[in-house]
Amino acid sequence: MRVGVIQYPGSNADYDALHVLRDVLRWDARYVFHKEQSLAGCDAVVVPGGFSYGDYLRPGAIARVSPITAALIEFAQSGGPVLGICNGFQILTELGLLPGALTRNRHLRFECRDVFVRCEQAGVFTPSAGTVLRLPIAHADGRFVVDERGLSELEDRGQIALRYCDAQGGVRDVDNPNGSVSNIAGIYNEAKNVLGLMPHPERASEALVGNEDGRVMFAALAAAWSASSEGAS
Amino acid sequence: MTEPEINLALALLHGLTDDEWEHALASLERAPTYAELGVISVMWSEHCSYKSSRVHLAKLPTTGPKVVQGPGENAGAVDLGDGYCAVFKMESHNHPSFIEPKQGAATGVGGILRDVFTMGARPVAALNSLRFGERDHERTKHLVRGVVEGISSYGNCMGVPTVGGELQFDASYNGNILVNAFAVGVAKTDELFFGRASGVGNLILYVGAKTGRDGIHGATMASAEFTDDAEQKRPTVQVGDPFMEKLLLECCLEVFSNGSLEGVQDMGAAGLTSSSVEMGARAKTGVELWLDAVPRRTNAMTPYELLLSESQERMLMVAKPGREGEVLAACEKWGLDFAVIGEVTDTRRFVCRATPSLDPFRGSDVDLDLARAADIVVDLPIALLTDDAPTYDRSVEPPRRDSFTSDLASAPPLRSYEDELLSLLASENIGSRAWVYRQFDHIVQGGTMVRPGAADAAVIRVLCDRDQGGPEKLLALAVDCDGRHVSLDPFQGAAMAVAECARNIVCTGGRPLGLTDCLNFGSPEVPATMWQIKTAIEGLAAACRALSVPVVSGNVSLYNETRGRAILPTPTVAIVGQVEHRDHVTTLGFKAEGHVVALLGAPGRGRLGGSEWFTRRTGRVGGDPVGIDLDAERALQVALLALCQRELLASAHDISTGGFAVAMAESMLPSGIGATITIPGRGDLAGRLFGEEPTRVILSHEERCTQSIVELCEQHGVPYEPIGVTRGDRFVVDDVFDIAVEELRIAHDSALAFMDS
Repeated sequence: MRVGVIQYPGSNADYDALHVLRDVLRWDARYVFHKEQSLAGCDAVVVPGGFSYGDYLRPGAIARVSPITAALIEFAQSGGPVLGICNGFQILTELGLLPGALTRNRHLRFECRDVFVRCEQAGVFTPSAGTVLRLPIAHADGRFVVDERGLSELEDRGQIALRYCDAQGGVRDVDNPNGSVSNIAGIYNEAKNVLGLMPHPERASEALVGNEDGRVMFAALAAAWSASSEGAS
Repeated sequence: MTEPEINLALALLHGLTDDEWEHALASLERAPTYAELGVISVMWSEHCSYKSSRVHLAKLPTTGPKVVQGPGENAGAVDLGDGYCAVFKMESHNHPSFIEPKQGAATGVGGILRDVFTMGARPVAALNSLRFGERDHERTKHLVRGVVEGISSYGNCMGVPTVGGELQFDASYNGNILVNAFAVGVAKTDELFFGRASGVGNLILYVGAKTGRDGIHGATMASAEFTDDAEQKRPTVQVGDPFMEKLLLECCLEVFSNGSLEGVQDMGAAGLTSSSVEMGARAKTGVELWLDAVPRRTNAMTPYELLLSESQERMLMVAKPGREGEVLAACEKWGLDFAVIGEVTDTRRFVCRATPSLDPFRGSDVDLDLARAADIVVDLPIALLTDDAPTYDRSVEPPRRDSFTSDLASAPPLRSYEDELLSLLASENIGSRAWVYRQFDHIVQGGTMVRPGAADAAVIRVLCDRDQGGPEKLLALAVDCDGRHVSLDPFQGAAMAVAECARNIVCTGGRPLGLTDCLNFGSPEVPATMWQIKTAIEGLAAACRALSVPVVSGNVSLYNETRGRAILPTPTVAIVGQVEHRDHVTTLGFKAEGHVVALLGAPGRGRLGGSEWFTRRTGRVGGDPVGIDLDAERALQVALLALCQRELLASAHDISTGGFAVAMAESMLPSGIGATITIPGRGDLAGRLFGEEPTRVILSHEERCTQSIVELCEQHGVPYEPIGVTRGDRFVVDDVFDIAVEELRIAHDSALAFMDS
């Protein structure tokens, strides 16, 4: 599988994603610099974490006018798998590829630690519903907000992908690290090919760091891709 | 703008002394210009010239088989094997952080990261060492919040994991906090870059952010004690932009790899002045700057301001002949300012030209031919600013011994040992630092193997050549100093700081390779303080020699005093170590029930001097200094490293702040597994539980490893004493206490809760 990792000025988990995809999973992964205008040759795209454009204006906001954006939107709208991690999630909401917005954490601080998330919905980046993963978070603006109608739409259409939970999968407010509405840690778009999440699966995909839970999400992508290529052939 | 009259009064305002002013006049055989006075004052400031410490710094050992680059460059470097090296340095940003905590701390991080990547190394980790005043002091919470936020905002955005550090609160820092920032990077040894302006006729390039009026005279401000007007000095604090620095980092690494540069230097303290003067001094050349061409973000800047501005995120580069275009291309790719602003000469002089009242900010394009023929505003011998700058062997005077109390009589009655332990664990100097390190991204770059709090040192995996995905190197990183022990005995206390830092590396399975220091003291003009400086440096030197850890870089921060009250002498040290194999990594927590718990090292004499317990009991630093036996320390570290490398240990944790009982409790917290033990040593129970004598490590291991461990310890002449067994979920000491680990955890977790109240 060929994966493009978009590199905006200020991206800083671009290497984290490339390293796992290329060096750990041994996939064909490469950076796509923000000044490029095409995603041709990519089977999937990662919009990585970091501080694109220095978080100026709002996290993710300026990526909207980046040269690569038109190609990214087209790739997503034509059904290509897009994974937005952390700042990538913020960017995808700013581009309108995902609903809602990410605002300042409830306690107003940057927070870096492991959390548990429960998969709500199997999909191109998620294993079966009910699977509990331990993943690290590292963000100051991860509080997912959406209005009531938007929330019920997300629920009705099965777009809620991940919820913050305890080690057993129980969803309680005390396990919500940032105050996200309904403990939401990640959501799909309506077509379920675009996922945005605040936790970092790419930083938990190697035995060396003591946690490989994140690989489950890349395995889901690999399974979905091989299923779709078989279907196509 | 008319320039002021240049005279002694103005020189004194610039921080020069009468003698220094006379020295300048005699050397120049004329009065300096206003810009020259600014240049001289900043280059002769304590911060830039090390004039009070230089004679003593020469005593530090700086060579060794692993040293690739010793002191004198932007950062030091040690060999990691396979043609790669670790490049690292620590620097203080104390004065600015007190005046404006967020920006002060942020730009401290920015400066140290620049020092590292200027050498051609991609930064892979950061540490910090922080000191604040008493917890209940009116400014403390504000300062802690600001400093942590500053470090967090800058380091996180740069994508460099902040993997460890230390934090202490003490009344002596009420008026002068300490913010010491450390960074380490990895580079190919034969592709290191140096701050040298080589090649007469080569062009000098300016890359990065535009120059503004921020930070003018920052170095001079950092070379004086505070009076009541500290708040008035806010304009001398720089403002950081980590996004700009991230672009500068990527741009520089790209430029370095294409071979178009002769030398490079970041603009840190004293900005354009010190960067160009230092580059010329190292290469034994001269430098001519055309100030008209300097990119600026505000109008009507004078040569004086341009030369002294400490605007952040700027680099000075010397291009190889005809290669400027390649630098320009990288700058365009990353959206950075670029300008040709001068050339290397053979005059050994620092010359600056500027056109009076020209203000290119107003839109007129700068004509380089005119700029290089403009009026001379600075013409100084480089030697006068560097090698011939004043140095002082200031007078020293040991303090009277009776200035410290050893008396516990005034202390309140002793509560139960159980309560004493719980209150120590809840101390802001001992308990959980999670409130701080959770605000730092400590996992970006995906290689953090041992996170903050899990072991005595952080361990990161670095893939030296990112594009090739290897080779893999494991770095162990730690930073240490306890100013209380240093204040009781500067020689022994400073040696203890080095020993503890190295012991932390070894406890984690690493071999110490090299050290960087940040020497924080009060005014060198006070003989008792100067004695502390001199004696502490001698203690550092002795310990570095005994443990074979050379000093490869460092920084001195003096005048940390307010209204005559100096900080505790705080010679902070950070060590970079290397772990040979993933399986050697050892953490501090017990791993399973039924393991042997043992003490490595002599049990100590129960002395309480300098301990957290003594300080809390009496409200002041005191007691008999505990001292250190460096031969015993060396033997312990050699044996301990062998134990880690032979994979005989389940855990290792050194005994430091809070003493034996606290170290035992900390070993229980990660897994919740308790232990039943006897307390080693003889004599006063409080001393044995809470004394902070060094050279002791708590181990746990499987029963089947005992024989091998005993043999290895005997072979190295290191005491080993089994003292109990891991068991259940309680910390049990017969006839002394029996506490649930959960209770220990609650106390430990509460240490920084006051920050949220």
